[in-house]
Amino acid sequence: MSSLVIVDSECANLNSIYKAARMVSLEAVISDNPKTISSARAIIFPGVGSFAHAASLISKKKLRESLLETVARGRPFLGICLGMHLLFSGSEEADLSRVNDPTEGLGAIQGEVKRFPEGLPIPHVGWNRVDPVNAHPLFAGLSEGNYFYFTHSYFARPEHKENILSLTDYGFSFPSAVINGNLYGVQFHPEKSGSAGLRLLSNFGKIIADQQ
Amino acid sequence: MLAKRIIPCLDVRDGRVVKGTRFINLKDAGDPVEMAEFYNRQGADEIVFLDITASFEKRKAIVETVEKTANVVFIPLTVGGGIDSVEFMKVLLQSGADKVSLNTAVLNNPALIQAGAERFGSQCIIVAIDAKRIGQPSPAVDSKWEVYSHGGRTPTGRDVIEWAVEAEQLGAGEILLTSMDADGTLDGYDTDLLSSVADAVGIPVIASGGAGTLEHLYEALTSGRAHAVLAASILHYGTFSIAEIKEYLVKKGLPVRPVEN
Repeated sequence: MSSLVIVDSECANLNSIYKAARMVSLEAVISDNPKTISSARAIIFPGVGSFAHAASLISKKKLRESLLETVARGRPFLGICLGMHLLFSGSEEADLSRVNDPTEGLGAIQGEVKRFPEGLPIPHVGWNRVDPVNAHPLFAGLSEGNYFYFTHSYFARPEHKENILSLTDYGFSFPSAVINGNLYGVQFHPEKSGSAGLRLLSNFGKIIADQQ
Repeated sequence: MLAKRIIPCLDVRDGRVVKGTRFINLKDAGDPVEMAEFYNRQGADEIVFLDITASFEKRKAIVETVEKTANVVFIPLTVGGGIDSVEFMKVLLQSGADKVSLNTAVLNNPALIQAGAERFGSQCIIVAIDAKRIGQPSPAVDSKWEVYSHGGRTPTGRDVIEWAVEAEQLGAGEILLTSMDADGTLDGYDTDLLSSVADAVGIPVIASGGAGTLEHLYEALTSGRAHAVLAASILHYGTFSIAEIKEYLVKKGLPVRPVEN
């Protein structure tokens, strides 16, 4: 029986995501096994740390193929924070390191990941309003501009605006959630965003159930 | 707009909340897990546990507390008190803490800030600074504050602003700034101290020490330029609820995360 897999990205908050998912009756397994990931019913990719570290981890654990394969089969995929950045091909954060493979993201959404401009306190940390651009099942019951918890220094900017699911204001408006088909990325941490965050995870659960 | 954060701080010793509270509707006001849940329901934006356990052997208690809290509370959780190694940071973060607050250990060994930030990311690392004013406030001379270690018992000879800047450079993600002069007075935060540090660093400053009225909180977040306020007594003694605080701040035009039901 295939299951929801939380990819073991070796970040410290894996357990928080596992516990939050369990709170909304989403039973998950934590794994970094390419086979388990290939056969997953859905994937949550959590991430804190640096883009280069996470990207090289994907290479090292040979997860790139299985992640892309699962996505290609139409399985729902939720990238959280750095996990959202990894949906893009690269990040300014990794520009200082090697050009080839180890710092490459999944390249599943066209666009770029950039550092916040000078002048604002960085990281952007705390609760901020998330305004969905259009009604979407991921934000069911959350359309009114709920607050979610953020902590990040880089933000993703899709090239095409149909990939933007929600916007948040931090000196300027930046994409706080992105979409491409069955792929979702959220910049905030639903597992740390109180009842709004649990609602979003529960909505993701419904998306998983509906595609079966 | 980024919301101003209201953060209750719970002092925990041997797995029990110390400073008593006056909430009679709690089954056990000494249980840190139940207190954290209570403040979460009230609309707290984060929870801080300050572990004041004296003996090293009993440190396991805080780890258990964090683990149990993370099972039921889904807002950011910070743990401070006696954290002196990357290994202990790891244990706390894996148990469900989102951030660790470092104080005396990083004054002795500032490289620990860098080690923690490199390993877990700056967003996990708060540097707590206990500050005491040098001399009397005067319009004629710039104010200066000295850093104290060991829970405010030991003067270090270090300048607070210089230390805050160094902590940021080493990778701290936030500064938790306590005024020892204001702490416990209920006379208001040292906004001079807060704004001096907030202007010197590019990372968020959390104000601590001195809150007695709603206006004090407002002042810390405006003229003090703090991003968040840590509160203990006024919450624990029920002077104000988090909802009352947030309602007041909204009326004064500050962005806060609304209290959910």
